[in-house]
Amino acid sequence: MVEKSIKRIYTFLIFMFLYAPIIVLIIFSFNNSKSRGVWNGFTLKWYIELFKDREILKALYNTLLIAISSSIISTILGTFAAIGIYNMNGIFKKIILNLNYLPVLNPDILTAVSLMALFRFSKLEFGLFTMLLSHITFCVPYVILSILPKLKQMNIYLYEAAMDLGATPFYALRKVIIPQIMPGIITGGLMAFTLSIDDFVISFFNTGHGVSNLSIAIYSMARRGINPVINALSTLMFISMLILLFTINKRNDKDLIEGGR
Amino acid sequence: MKLKRFSYPYLLWLGIFVAIPLVLVLYFAFTTGDSQNFGEFQFSLDNFKRFFTPIYMKVLIRSVNLAFISTVITLILGYPMALIISKEKPSKRNMMILMFVIPMWMNFLLRTYAWLTLLGRNGLINTLITKIGLKPLDLMYNDKAVLLGMVYNFLPFMVLPIFSVLTKIDQGLIEAAEDLGASRIQTFIKVIFPLSISGVITGITMVFVPAMSTFVISSLLGGNKSSLIGNIIEQQFRYTGDWHFGSSMSIILMIFILITMGLTSKFDKDKEGGGGLW
Repeated sequence: MVEKSIKRIYTFLIFMFLYAPIIVLIIFSFNNSKSRGVWNGFTLKWYIELFKDREILKALYNTLLIAISSSIISTILGTFAAIGIYNMNGIFKKIILNLNYLPVLNPDILTAVSLMALFRFSKLEFGLFTMLLSHITFCVPYVILSILPKLKQMNIYLYEAAMDLGATPFYALRKVIIPQIMPGIITGGLMAFTLSIDDFVISFFNTGHGVSNLSIAIYSMARRGINPVINALSTLMFISMLILLFTINKRNDKDLIEGGR
Repeated sequence: MKLKRFSYPYLLWLGIFVAIPLVLVLYFAFTTGDSQNFGEFQFSLDNFKRFFTPIYMKVLIRSVNLAFISTVITLILGYPMALIISKEKPSKRNMMILMFVIPMWMNFLLRTYAWLTLLGRNGLINTLITKIGLKPLDLMYNDKAVLLGMVYNFLPFMVLPIFSVLTKIDQGLIEAAEDLGASRIQTFIKVIFPLSISGVITGITMVFVPAMSTFVISSLLGGNKSSLIGNIIEQQFRYTGDWHFGSSMSIILMIFILITMGLTSKFDKDKEGGGGLW
């Protein structure tokens, strides 16, 4: 009995530690006072101010623009790459897979500064375009890693059968391979989207003057000190991330059920 | 097997955006000159010499130190948690794991920022303390705050891999140990812990690497007083513009991380790498 209650208390404390800051953050986004310690009644004024703030709206626009375009491009690039890599053999495949793992394993800051060095070297102007390129670079590996298992599950003879029956390679790809790996493609695309929305470090290094996304805006505001508008923004971002996460999770569950048939 | 060709565009991409940038960082690290004029770089080891001066050594030591302590704390806090969760019924277990995953998906800037609300001079904790008549504490802008931020941000990275290995342990082995008269502590030391070592290794790398390379946590919670190696790299690339020095710091950071991974993988006998995060 004693052991059980110790376990309960321990679990409770850990979850308190994990959630208390987030909950406090959310509660204080409705606080009618700029100070953080005192509760002065319920208000939505920080949310209203948030939607009036041009800089934040612009940052939101940039974030979504980059997230949508980088996830679409990296999904297409990654899908073809995964199909190609899956059909490779030997040492070359190993090298490619390891190179593909680099952006996943490397600390963000290393990926960030190495890309920054590249853009400076090629004399590209830092801005939305460089941010987009860097986002694609760190998203594609995740797309590939979520598609490869689906390719392994696929029946390889189906593709050959389609070819034997007179399908052109591209037709067979479109009608046979793509439909079978579709769940992996969609999961990969969603993952790329969330990673891109969530990214701070790589965007921070590879953006130009005055071009920011939400994370960069939050960072510069947070460095200037506390601002309840950030609380409101965090609350909204937290809720949208939750919705996204549950969508991805639901998809995975469905895949498992379908895979188990 | 013409399907191979589909990967060619990405191979080109990998070359341009992954391989060449790393080579460039190496090149920058071993040269000096005006960052604008690529033609006039000269080979030199000055960047590394500059790094081995007391100011920067102090930063390096602080970074390694904080990353190490936060790894130890997350391990001490996280292992029992993973063990408790792994012994729950499957339905409750999934729920608890989901609760660990959710904060991880929240933007980590916001997770760090959330602590400002609690720790600041006029923050919630200090308000409560002054209400009961005590003096407000200096909770922010020191190494302890940075450490707290690290533990908070990276605890799930420790719990999840350990958990995923613990659930895969053959229950028969534990029962066998108990049948053969081992006490619960003996079972843990001799059976459960050795079998979970690959998860522990994954957890350690997943906490140590980001803790070692972070600059956000230290600049938000640590202020100017406790800068880490990540802050120096950030400064060199974003503000000072000494890319050569910044690159050599990045190389040193990379070497440290490779050493950690090498050391930890030595202990990982089955080379399975803990089965990943998910």
